[in-house]
Amino acid sequence: MITATEQNNMTRPILNGDTSDLSPLQPSVFDQSRPGALGVSLPAVGVIEQPLETLLQGVRLRGDVPRLPEMAQLDVVRHFVKLSKLNHSIDGGFYPLGSCTMKYNPKVCDFYGMLPGLTQLHPLTPDVDSQGSLRVIYTLQEMLKDVTGFDAVTLQPAAGAQGELVGIMMIKAHFKKTGQLTQRRQIIVPDSAHGTNPASAAMCGFDIVEIKSAPNGLVDLDALKAVLGPSTAGIMLTNPSTLGLFEKDILEISRLVHDAGGLLYYDGANLNAIVGVARPADMGFDVMHINTHKTFATPHGGGGPGCGPVCVTAQLAPYLPSPNAAFDGTRYFWDSNLPDSIGRVKTFNGNFEMMARALTYLLAYGADGLKQVATDAVLNANYIRSQLQDTYEIPYNRICMHEFVMNSHKQHAMHDGLNTLNIAKRLMDYGIHPMTVYFPLVAHEAMMIEPTETECKDTLDHFIAVMKRIDDECRTTPDVVINAPHTMPIKKVDEVTAARKPALNFYCCTV
Amino acid sequence: MVMHNFLPHTPSDRDAMLAAIGLPTGQAGLDSLFDDIPQSLRNPLPTSTLPQSGMDEASLQSLLTELATQNTASGKACFMGGGAYARFVPMAVNTIASRSEFYTAYTPYQPEMSQGTLQVGFEFQTMIAELTGLDTANASVYDGGVAVAEAAMMAHRITKKTRFLTLNSVHPHYRGITQTYVEGLGEVSLETFANTRALTETDTSNVAAVIVQQPNFFGGVEDITALRSFCDATKAILIVSSDPTSLGVLEAPGKLGADIVVGDIQPLGNNLSYGGPYGGFMATKTQYMRQLPGRLVGMAKDKDGRPCYTLTMQTREQHIRREKATSNICTNQALNILKATVYLTLVGPQGLKHLANLSVQRTHHLVDRLTQLPGVTPIFEGQPYVFECAINLPKPVNEVLAALSAQGILGGVPLADLYPEYPNGLLVTCTELTTPEHMDRYVSALSAILSGTTVTNGNGKSSFMAPTAPAVACSL
Repeated sequence: MITATEQNNMTRPILNGDTSDLSPLQPSVFDQSRPGALGVSLPAVGVIEQPLETLLQGVRLRGDVPRLPEMAQLDVVRHFVKLSKLNHSIDGGFYPLGSCTMKYNPKVCDFYGMLPGLTQLHPLTPDVDSQGSLRVIYTLQEMLKDVTGFDAVTLQPAAGAQGELVGIMMIKAHFKKTGQLTQRRQIIVPDSAHGTNPASAAMCGFDIVEIKSAPNGLVDLDALKAVLGPSTAGIMLTNPSTLGLFEKDILEISRLVHDAGGLLYYDGANLNAIVGVARPADMGFDVMHINTHKTFATPHGGGGPGCGPVCVTAQLAPYLPSPNAAFDGTRYFWDSNLPDSIGRVKTFNGNFEMMARALTYLLAYGADGLKQVATDAVLNANYIRSQLQDTYEIPYNRICMHEFVMNSHKQHAMHDGLNTLNIAKRLMDYGIHPMTVYFPLVAHEAMMIEPTETECKDTLDHFIAVMKRIDDECRTTPDVVINAPHTMPIKKVDEVTAARKPALNFYCCTV
Repeated sequence: MVMHNFLPHTPSDRDAMLAAIGLPTGQAGLDSLFDDIPQSLRNPLPTSTLPQSGMDEASLQSLLTELATQNTASGKACFMGGGAYARFVPMAVNTIASRSEFYTAYTPYQPEMSQGTLQVGFEFQTMIAELTGLDTANASVYDGGVAVAEAAMMAHRITKKTRFLTLNSVHPHYRGITQTYVEGLGEVSLETFANTRALTETDTSNVAAVIVQQPNFFGGVEDITALRSFCDATKAILIVSSDPTSLGVLEAPGKLGADIVVGDIQPLGNNLSYGGPYGGFMATKTQYMRQLPGRLVGMAKDKDGRPCYTLTMQTREQHIRREKATSNICTNQALNILKATVYLTLVGPQGLKHLANLSVQRTHHLVDRLTQLPGVTPIFEGQPYVFECAINLPKPVNEVLAALSAQGILGGVPLADLYPEYPNGLLVTCTELTTPEHMDRYVSALSAILSGTTVTNGNGKSSFMAPTAPAVACSL
């Protein structure tokens, strides 16, 4: 019989061998397991027990004990608190992350979490007993109509990428219903688009037609005209583009696409630049998704959960996922009488907690506040751009929207080993999260900067000073930049080996 | 120019910045930032629902509190399951998940600044692999239903075949999502069978996957071994959707031959919250690892050789492979897997087994008592069930549920909408939060309702206008 401790030792090659003098930052919960330790007190069975073999006659019962950790409560709490301290976070520091809109998550938006009436509601509760939560959902749907200009909204999608999938499914359903689907097989995607755009369209079975962007990252009208035609189902656009510039020709673009019989999809990733100022529906778009964790400040959570509302014109409304929240003047209810719906994409009612947060956020700002959100987001981006334009190369150096792209060409010219990744990693040593790097793909050695509206001038000035200091270091002590980071809990990670020899499970590690 | 507590700039800050940019100061300068947007598009937002100006925080808190009280289900004993369960969430789970170092962090693409989130992901993956009896798990997809759909897509990538076979006893919403997703593959079919036997007797050609749920939607147990044999014969992928709590007592599906095991982590420390966010888990064998969708955390070393964690095998993902990615998924359910990981660490293997056993014992106890009432019968007489059970009622289900609700009991999930063949069917579940006292009240209330000593409310909808039922202490 092998004890759990011995087993752990046998299955921890990573702690042995040539790295014996180096321990992980925080031992795993499996390393810390002490058989018999209790983390929580649980209710007793409370009824007369019968043997499981009797109650579950003929059923294969578990033969092993799963190797879950056993730890006392303090040790559990301390473990996860220590892990939390290894993270950078919005509440702890600045994220100039282009295209990600890492803004402050207002604390009042967490208030719903204090209310068991909201957090403990079962998703299949009859409508009559869930009027409060239904009202949250319905009201947010209605508010998003005001914000985007569209006619109908679903909150079912779990995140932006699932919203994209839903939007493209609805385009597909529309062409199927109107008998054009066999002909309209192509979705046009600019080469500056987010990767989710072509991935979502491909998942729906469309052919992807990539068009080259103009040098400034905007749609090249000639390239667009060359691919538009009877096989066009639609185009997916991000506006402002991923280079942070507004499509000045958007009304011409939407006319061209509609004239060709196609539909326009608006990727809401950059909605924060224009929220309260202009509306995607007015630009001629037919369908869009919103990332609530960007524009409406629901927390990123370290990668999720998200919520991806999809807003559509009346023409596409019949295809919305089922069911949809509705109101008959007296009561709120789930309407599943949607015969042309694309169907269901989420097990229950969508990510309600994100909806409660987004609704709180919209109520806290109102229309006037939202306009100031976009204005300050754009102001902050332009301020940084104006202060760094002599230090870093900015290919399209003009008034931008909420973000802009610069590169490391000048610094690379100082030393061959210097590149965008080094500069990004060096930011960490100054307590700032790296900007978005190597995206969009159309920009060489891209560093994409989006400060958001919630950062004050002092924070921006500090960031500007740090970027100038790093430029000095590139000139005077390039190795310091090349080998960054120096002050993080770990040094630069060998991601290539990790991918070549994946070790995804504590009990079968082979790094 | 608006001053707002989430926006830090004073008017003089804005003017100083405008001047530095080289723009005029004041509102004119701010407006000029948007000169690229055609004037015809720059209009004030309508305010048909959106307020013109923002609400103060005290008013917001009052409003949300008021909305919560409009959920008249609040405080009632919940015997509803059907894919989401009222389970006990230890306080430490929420204490940890409330740390803003976790919940306001970005996706851990920069491992040097994200070891906390990454290690949680790695520990989660290991726990799911252990529970399911498989080698490798991903760091989650949106929810249990999407996990089934993604598993079906994965099976298609592995086999290149186009028929998906499933059972009627798989959660109807899971089947619905799968139908929605696989339609993108073109000429494919999702075929639903009444039982395992009917499935295994079907045409064996071109089968990409067999999709089952264990325990199934009605709480029953499927013959996974027979389905494994069918999959061996047809070279199909066996996908099993599983309730993670049940794995405290049921054999791990991986040990029974499943190729992919999926499910929802909601019961592991996540709020019910009217449907989400929850999280879908996906585990598989090493040989299929590179076909998994979504984020994966792997062990790595830094340049000094120190062990650490990083997102890995990203060449499967959309931000690298674009239209050739294994999935379009980007966001995962990081905060929800944090809750699940803290939960499983607190509960441990013995705790999970205890909770699973408790649920089995209590559900059987309750069902035994309910089915002693005249006209109440199990739908699947004589068949084993785990911790959910489908019963028939002798009166219209919605009327009975409304009457129970008026007495502080949410009696279960009515089956008629999901399964028209069971018009009087009700799905009942017990957890550690449905106490023996709740069960006593359920039995006596149902007895009174069925014997006519409690008046029901007709169609069960009119009670919306009735006064709120008295709040009954719930053990939450």
